[in-house]
Amino acid sequence: MNITTFISQIENEIEELTPGTLRPETEFTSLKEWSSMHVLILIALIDTEYNVTITGADLQQCKSVNDLFNVVKSRV
Amino acid sequence: MAFLSAGNVQIRGMAACVPQHTESNRDYDWISEKERELLIKTTGIESRRIVQNGMCTSDMCYESAKQLLDHFKVDKAEVEVLIFVSQSPDYILPATSIILQDRLGLPKSAMAFDIQLGCSGYLYGLSVISNLMSSGNFKKGLLLAGDVSSFSQSKRDKSTYPIFGDAGTATLLEYDPSAEKINFNLQSDGSGYKAIMISDGGLRNPYTSESEVMKEYEPGIIKNKRNLFLDGIEVFNFSLREAPQNAQALMDHLGTTTADYDYFIFHQANKIMNESIRKKLKLPAEKVPYSLDTFGNTSSASIPLTIVTQLQGKTLSSTSLFLSAFGVGLSWGSASLRVKNMVCLPLIEL
Repeated sequence: MNITTFISQIENEIEELTPGTLRPETEFTSLKEWSSMHVLILIALIDTEYNVTITGADLQQCKSVNDLFNVVKSRV
Repeated sequence: MAFLSAGNVQIRGMAACVPQHTESNRDYDWISEKERELLIKTTGIESRRIVQNGMCTSDMCYESAKQLLDHFKVDKAEVEVLIFVSQSPDYILPATSIILQDRLGLPKSAMAFDIQLGCSGYLYGLSVISNLMSSGNFKKGLLLAGDVSSFSQSKRDKSTYPIFGDAGTATLLEYDPSAEKINFNLQSDGSGYKAIMISDGGLRNPYTSESEVMKEYEPGIIKNKRNLFLDGIEVFNFSLREAPQNAQALMDHLGTTTADYDYFIFHQANKIMNESIRKKLKLPAEKVPYSLDTFGNTSSASIPLTIVTQLQGKTLSSTSLFLSAFGVGLSWGSASLRVKNMVCLPLIEL
């Protein structure tokens, strides 16, 4: 897996995000579009695409897209 | 795995009742319009039915049961088992099922008891009543399932208030030696009991004045300890992990595949969760009906309510169903059955 694909998967899944919004260093909570519903969308996406479970504790640790990417990558 | 089966029992009919009063999530002004749109899109829940003026779960189950008894012109003397599955009983005691035995005019020879389960409750109830009836001791039985979940909701909790709806259902079962076996796979994991709970009001945490204190847990989530608590991420991951695995294990145990079933009826949790489970099991969308959009998550009523509203008018002369439910407990399971000439009666609005 690579981060470019990971970012485009998230941008495809979350319609509120304009393609090109996310960068590896982007912090999810800094996005004005971000809401608790997006957390569920993200968890479902990662489960479907990578068969990896992301917990609430993981999400508290993962501030940026890159942080999350690294967690997913370590569990694939 | 708790695989079990029950033979000689046929489901003759199902009925469901919801309150007339509708609450639309488009009018849920505790959150912004933008959040409302995202909530509806993600959960799939447009509106829910909510009881007014003290209507109880048992009232809706009573109407559903009465409709079935009238439709089939059932000799009430033959109905000797009644199970009420609910987490919103009329009283702390006695069990609501016993009150319903009298209210429905069933004989004193009937056994009646409650099962206190939520999301998975219909499957547990079905497994218990079908096993009780399989030996032929009872000619007919009633399985009543439902909840008034709104009794424990905080309107200022966006994680629960727009999700749950109220409903009560009834299923009429009959002893029938020609019926195919109903098969189950039922599971529990009490280590997750805190994921969905109402913490105060029982004996562990008796109700005190502190139980009523409203507290902000997260932005948009203000509630007290008599309100329902839901750890959305925990429940989401649990359901995604366990529900498909449980369903697949039952099919493997029976030597069936997803192609062998006409419909897969899931507990109606929310759209993103249910769709993820559907995709994991590789099920075509047309085999997985939903009632979420207009009724929300109706706890143990969700499976029969979905069948009654979505399979209404379809020929169910010999139809194979796969049922799957998951949630509070944590408790989950699945069932495989074939219904023959089952009748879905028109939805009652009370």
